[in-house]
Amino acid sequence: MQIVVKDVNYVYSAHTPFERHALKGVNLTINEGDFLGIIGHTGSGKSTFIMHLNGLFKLQSGEIDVFDIKLVPDKKNKSDLRRLRGTVGMVFQYPEYQLFEDTVEKDVAFGPKNMGLDDEEVKKRVKRAIGLVGLDYDDVKDRAPFELSGGQKRRVAIAGIIAMQPKVLILDEPTAGLDPYGKEQILSLITRLKQECSPTVIVISHDVDEITRFANRIVVFNDGKVMFDLPMNELFRHADELHAVGLEVPKAVRIAQKLRERGIELGDVVSLNDLLHAIVTAYNKKHMDEPVKTDVSFSAFDFDADGGHVCTQSGEDKR
Amino acid sequence: MRDVSFGQYYPTGSVIHRLDPRAKVIFSVIFMVTIFFVVSYVGYAVVALFLALVCLISRIPVRNLIKSVKAIIFIMLFTAIINIFFYDSGKVLFEWWKIKITLGGIDFAIKMALRISLLVMGTSLLSFTTTPMELTDAIESLLKPLKFIGVPVHDIALIMSIALRFIPGLMDETDKIMMAQKARGAEIDTGGLIKKVKALLPVLIPLFVSAIRRADELADALDARCYNATEKRTKMKVLRLSYRDAIAFLVVAAFATLIFLDKYLVGGADSYIVEFFKGLAA
Repeated sequence: MQIVVKDVNYVYSAHTPFERHALKGVNLTINEGDFLGIIGHTGSGKSTFIMHLNGLFKLQSGEIDVFDIKLVPDKKNKSDLRRLRGTVGMVFQYPEYQLFEDTVEKDVAFGPKNMGLDDEEVKKRVKRAIGLVGLDYDDVKDRAPFELSGGQKRRVAIAGIIAMQPKVLILDEPTAGLDPYGKEQILSLITRLKQECSPTVIVISHDVDEITRFANRIVVFNDGKVMFDLPMNELFRHADELHAVGLEVPKAVRIAQKLRERGIELGDVVSLNDLLHAIVTAYNKKHMDEPVKTDVSFSAFDFDADGGHVCTQSGEDKR
Repeated sequence: MRDVSFGQYYPTGSVIHRLDPRAKVIFSVIFMVTIFFVVSYVGYAVVALFLALVCLISRIPVRNLIKSVKAIIFIMLFTAIINIFFYDSGKVLFEWWKIKITLGGIDFAIKMALRISLLVMGTSLLSFTTTPMELTDAIESLLKPLKFIGVPVHDIALIMSIALRFIPGLMDETDKIMMAQKARGAEIDTGGLIKKVKALLPVLIPLFVSAIRRADELADALDARCYNATEKRTKMKVLRLSYRDAIAFLVVAAFATLIFLDKYLVGGADSYIVEFFKGLAA
């Protein structure tokens, strides 16, 4: 079970002066269980690419195979498309702008209803999805989506996708425009969704620091092509090449680099948690007589259902 | 939806593109008026030649011009058919019940079709070579005299340019929302009429919400900068007539003169040409 993309091209506004070649022969295989991060500059083709994965763009050339649903150019197969949309859940940028029903419950039910499920099943899924995104079902179900806060709205919108129980979840800039607290909530939500709902997750992000928190593999798009497709710890060895196409490397990598220049070797460091561990380990090596505890990690905000602000510094799980 | 570029502006950077938009608007009006004075096929040939010349200089692909006529082909055929059946003059070719097809009718129908298609081609050349913003600027400038009788010309122009400015954004937004709802399994372009209208709700409601939000934000931004439409304002791009516009005017004037000469002095050059060929044959 995997997603195979073969030699996909896409041209916007063909044969006009506004013509733009957005995808230039993209090849990619995404395995089940991947936690894939996609980064790239604005206009690098990353959004165009992911929209192909659930058939929102008609394939112009190439071939896409999503869990044995085959997409080829000039084929219109409605049942395939419907199956595909149920398999690949797509959360757009600012998904809260797609809310339209008068109650949260009805809005979340929109997707599963379109899949043709019976009312019983729809209700069950809606309840589960709203719970999964960390909202209280009984509290929000009859409220209008427009009276919720920004972060809550976004979670309702994500619940609308989760309720379709997709095997692959795609999120385009899921934390854009949220405050730090809202960001943390969405990030831990994504990790949770991968464990409990959609085993394969693809996230597009501008923020490399954010993506290093969870992805195990990163694809870099540049000028309509896949520039790198590497496990995370290998990717940031190419810092200069990334810099050349206008992409930053994570803060932790930069800090480790600076320390390395000063003769402090920390090994492969990608996320802030890696950095923290590496520093503590290095400290303990030097002060063998009185070592400090090594079980430190960042989980700045714990995710809680009431929307209360719980802030923990260590790795204790308050969930 | 993404493939529809708003308006039809087709940038090539030609001389025609660089003409003063006010001049272009005036030329278009002259063109439209002139075309209603064409009486002969020779006249239509002159119009077609003139259009071909403009098209050539502006480097707009002929394909685009033909496309613009395609959009009104139904109206053209409809008027042509009505004219053929109900315009009664000249030699009768065919008669049945109340319907008569006459030579004059066919002649008139062809001329009418030519007139409509050339009219559309001419006006679309204006929109191919002028950005919507230039057009509003031109209209504002041309309507300036109305200020003296109390017409709020600047406000009208501002409303027009804001509307134009928002259309591409809203189209983008529509596109995005449609995609988002499609991703949730909405079937937007299938089913009967009522089903289709119902299917549009998930698109229209978020669209209105966002349009109102944008309008609100814009109003706030204008307010925050103390915008006041009634003050005397300066422009970033000041429109100036140049020698190019003068030359273009001469060409347009020559064209219009030819057509008027044909109508009023010659009375339609067609008969002379027919005579000429008859003379050749004899």
